[in-house]
Amino acid sequence: MERRVVISGMGWVTPLGNTIEDVWQRILRGESGVAATTLFDASTFPSTFSAQVKPFSLEDFLGADAAAHEGASRNSRFALAAGMMAWRSAVLDGYTLLDRTRVGVYLGGGEGPLDFGSFAAAALAGCRNAEGEVERLDTVRWAETGMRVLDPTKELEQDPNLAAGHLAVQFKAQGPSLNTLTACAASTQAIGEAAAVIRYGDADVMVSGGTHSMIHPLGVTGFNLLTALSTRNDSCLTASRPFDRTRDGFVLGEGCGVLILEELEHARRRGAPILAELVGFGSTADAFRITDIHEDGRGPVASMRAALDSAGLGPEHIDYVSAHGTSTKENDKIETLAVRQVFGDLAKKVAISSIKSMVGHLIAAAGAVELITCVLAIRDGIVPPTINYKEPDPNCDLDYVPNEPRKLGVQAALSNSFGFGGQNNTLIIRKFSD
Amino acid sequence: MAGKRRVVVTGLGVSTPIGIGIEPFWDALIRKECGIKRAELFDPSGLPSQVAGELPAFSLGDHIPKSYRKSAKVMARDIKIAVVAAYHAVTDAGLDTKCIIDRGEASGPPNVISTRFGANIGAGLICPDLTELGGALATSADADGNFSLALWGAGGVNKGISALTPLWLLKFLPNMLACHLTIVHDAQAPSNTITCGEASSHLAIGEAARTIARGDADVCVCGGAESKVNPMAMARPTLCDRLNTDSNADPEHACRPFHASMAGTVASEGGGLVILESLDHARDRGARIYAELAGFGASSNVHAWDGPDPDGNGIALALQKAIADAGSGVDRIGLAAPLGMGIERYDRSEAAGWNQVFGDGLPDIPAMTTRGALGNNGAGTGAIDFAAMVMAMHRNTVPPSLNTDKADPSSRFRFVQDDPIDAHITEAITTGYALAGGQCAALLVRRFEE
Repeated sequence: MERRVVISGMGWVTPLGNTIEDVWQRILRGESGVAATTLFDASTFPSTFSAQVKPFSLEDFLGADAAAHEGASRNSRFALAAGMMAWRSAVLDGYTLLDRTRVGVYLGGGEGPLDFGSFAAAALAGCRNAEGEVERLDTVRWAETGMRVLDPTKELEQDPNLAAGHLAVQFKAQGPSLNTLTACAASTQAIGEAAAVIRYGDADVMVSGGTHSMIHPLGVTGFNLLTALSTRNDSCLTASRPFDRTRDGFVLGEGCGVLILEELEHARRRGAPILAELVGFGSTADAFRITDIHEDGRGPVASMRAALDSAGLGPEHIDYVSAHGTSTKENDKIETLAVRQVFGDLAKKVAISSIKSMVGHLIAAAGAVELITCVLAIRDGIVPPTINYKEPDPNCDLDYVPNEPRKLGVQAALSNSFGFGGQNNTLIIRKFSD
Repeated sequence: MAGKRRVVVTGLGVSTPIGIGIEPFWDALIRKECGIKRAELFDPSGLPSQVAGELPAFSLGDHIPKSYRKSAKVMARDIKIAVVAAYHAVTDAGLDTKCIIDRGEASGPPNVISTRFGANIGAGLICPDLTELGGALATSADADGNFSLALWGAGGVNKGISALTPLWLLKFLPNMLACHLTIVHDAQAPSNTITCGEASSHLAIGEAARTIARGDADVCVCGGAESKVNPMAMARPTLCDRLNTDSNADPEHACRPFHASMAGTVASEGGGLVILESLDHARDRGARIYAELAGFGASSNVHAWDGPDPDGNGIALALQKAIADAGSGVDRIGLAAPLGMGIERYDRSEAAGWNQVFGDGLPDIPAMTTRGALGNNGAGTGAIDFAAMVMAMHRNTVPPSLNTDKADPSSRFRFVQDDPIDAHITEAITTGYALAGGQCAALLVRRFEE
């Protein structure tokens, strides 16, 4: 018999706060988490703002266990906080009958922030000759400084799989442990693959989601060079405006979303909360170009269709689409085109929104946080708005739930994530019923 | 399990310091060649560990269509190594992909449908090119010669952030290995990038097998690649006390897996890509079948995220799961292929894991590890090991394992020392694990029978 996968717990760390209910209410009020960047001095960069997570204490989430994770990177700290939140909400804390060899972790965790100060110091030392003149980097001179200033823990914590390692140790989860990094699609892919792990029978419970911060000098450098970020430095609160005609790029965010995925019978046996059922997953590659999305949106179309097929649902069953909706010119146009192809005449009727208008783009963590909002939309019968939507774009002519949330009975929701290089992933969740 | 499709191995492609392409690689293993020497890709004199495994010179252009050559400038070395290995894998499998047809090596049409052709690629934390990034950073020194973030962010003509090329970030995103090779070969089915250190390609191959078994793809190119031969990627493990520093004058004996005198691993590079295929698809096109991928097990070390579990519990569980998944038993395994990093605390952990599962039976079966010849190939490690293991079964031959002549007391592996030995192997199993992060995995292959 087919093993069904349900969501039994959720936690997140976001630019709008760190509790499920509070952040959800802020999202429904259309609040923005965007402000001037303070994690480093970005004042001279082309983009001076971002959506940052506010400082928090890991002890508030882990108690005495926090000490063991000293030195954890920003990504790992986010994951531990959101992971514990999810674990508790699934009532796994204190559940003594859990077979830990059947509990796994599957994250879309980003690279940990580079220790930029030390890196730059070593780079400059490597480029300066004995006379103090700047020349091509000499690896011997670089190593002299590098080996002195680089810190082992900070280097180790940059490995993208470290957050998953922290979670596995924290929860004594001995089952499959994986980390995917398919750019902006990573956590959607992680959740889809984690569900597949359960469905196949390789685990009963998977701690899944994504965690990422690229709000550091090289992250902003990379995205600014790609001209992917909004540069509305004088009006950052309204800079993220998915599907609006005047959109000029995404706003970099950071954070983490973790969901507890569980095999239905396992959840039932222990009387776990069942928040929704994960019914569909699609993953495709554009296989087109590194720099551009395929102009017909063939990858996103195939991804959404694969997710619908695996769910055994048609477009008519989908009440809400949580868009990738980055607020870049290309993405929002192609995603609209793709939704139109998949939904046909229904495209104009389905509610579509992008919470990136409020929390920015959490990169590898984006999909997990967005999927949590889909669960909440199903639970509460209300869908979040796309804020900062003022001027319609002829290329984006669908219903983006502009500026105000909407009461809407949601039976099934579809969540898209698309990554640089043409990585497309789609998840479908449904209100749980026997 | 019933209803799940069988998965077979039909192509092997590797790019390693001792050979590019499966045949040259296998021949080098048999000839006991060692790929470790003093690092030449950069001057390692400033680092305590100065030896490395480097690929022989290769031409990327020989492995991609002419029309794709301009993309080479946005490929980090890790990506190039993967693209080269992928070419060899599809060629070895007799797959006429877009790349092969565009290169004029087959007339087409493709004998694999793009939308049923997936990719699961293991990748590492790709280091930015230090010369490029360092040179750019050096344009932003203040009057005192210190780096100025304000000058960096402000840019200018060839200054600060503007000293880097617009596509700079794309060179180093881990998913770009998969993106480039799915473009080149037109693989549009599920595509994933696994970033779990040295466990990456074991996990990627296992996940690809599951993708085929559940019916989401018919063919997958899977494995991984990484280059750890650059200053940053060698400084990091040095700081974490992982690299050998006692053999700068004797590189060929630097990496000594499970050896009584093991003293650290060696930075290396390499890639392995494997073609997995549903049995039906392989049969329908008359493909040569190397072996069946019969078992996959994944687990986590929960002792520590930054080091090994002394008891090897994660390794043991991965082995048990793979054996159970294959419906096999310990007594049916005829070849053991551990990772063998050459680092005392890690090798003892890995040996403990195998000892837990195989007990007194371990010395009865031959074992192999390629680390002595290759060093640490990062995310490519597992796929190279997998390819070597499959070849051993296919050729009825267990190759010698370099630098394993005197075993550490913790190790009960029976490595082959001099000449390769003949062995009719029906099942073989390999383990991989991440040096940091705790991920462990095992893959079991079985001699193919209808």
